[in-house]
Amino acid sequence: MTLHQRIFALLIGIGIFVAIIEMVRRRKLGEEYSFLWLTIGIGIVVLVLWQDLLQWLTHLIGAIAQTTTIFIFGLVIVILINLHYSVKITKLSRQVKELAQQIAILKVGGNSKSY
Amino acid sequence: MIQKINSLSIIIPAYNEAERIAPLIANIRKFSDADIIVVNDGSTDHTADEVRASGALVIDLPFNLGYGAALQTGFKYALEKGYMFAVQMDADGQHDPSSLTALISPVIQGDFDVVIGSRFLSDSNYKSPVIRRIGMFFFAIITRLVTKKKITDPTSGYQAINRKTMELFASDIYPVDYPDADVIIMLYRKGIRFTEVPVTMNRSIGNTSMHSGLKPFYYIFKMLLSILVTLLRSRGEGKV
Repeated sequence: MTLHQRIFALLIGIGIFVAIIEMVRRRKLGEEYSFLWLTIGIGIVVLVLWQDLLQWLTHLIGAIAQTTTIFIFGLVIVILINLHYSVKITKLSRQVKELAQQIAILKVGGNSKSY
Repeated sequence: MIQKINSLSIIIPAYNEAERIAPLIANIRKFSDADIIVVNDGSTDHTADEVRASGALVIDLPFNLGYGAALQTGFKYALEKGYMFAVQMDADGQHDPSSLTALISPVIQGDFDVVIGSRFLSDSNYKSPVIRRIGMFFFAIITRLVTKKKITDPTSGYQAINRKTMELFASDIYPVDYPDADVIIMLYRKGIRFTEVPVTMNRSIGNTSMHSGLKPFYYIFKMLLSILVTLLRSRGEGKV
């Protein structure tokens, strides 16, 4: 990686890290959700600073440019974050459905006498 | 009627069926004195008022949950109220109430846990759209391969079930977004006894069908996936 690329990647990584920590501090983001996001920030910083690891990983995945490794790393984490959301949404949908059903059933019980 | 009061409920999920629901309820009353439970699935018209005016019970969902979830609400209610049997019926008048007795009798007699009303076992005047027919044919074959039972109309929503099955349908494993052929396979895996009887079906008059637009494609995909995972799940899951 050129110095130019490294500085850019480092700034991105630190930027993500700081932004996430700040959001958790302000309670805008739950700790649970921050984990994967922080992994991206820390991961980028580590890969940029630890040249041997980046070199080794690049070789491992068969990439030519080291930037590709960082790019793929970020992409994989983003996919994981989205998957995590899909799982959460599925769970929330089910809970909302349960609630709606229970409310509807309770309302019937409250209004009628003979049933 | 053979069944005693409060043992049979007829559950009808309804979404914007204000025009068709009252005639349907009147029609059902000609053939059965079972309790009619309409699950109003967040209709934006006066479906609920029509049902109340006709004297049937309404369960009002706070917003639209979709056919399967509305139906499941009916099962949950029926279970809570101690009904022994339930018939599920569509609100659009497709399912003819004249077949109610034929549908429910084998369940009440204890011969079967589920009886599915088939439009193909009899000479009904039902003509479904081509895409739908291909889909139904396809899933009939898959269902037959898996269950080794000839089910001619696995996508039929006109069914009579007993309490044991209601408990299964009220549980989390019931596929609420499109309960269909995958339900038959689930029944088979759970060792529930099911059969088919011929029923009369009318092609629903008017607009809304569950399967329109791009939905057939999602429907086929969902059904294949659902059948696959139903087979991959252990038999014990969701045991009632």
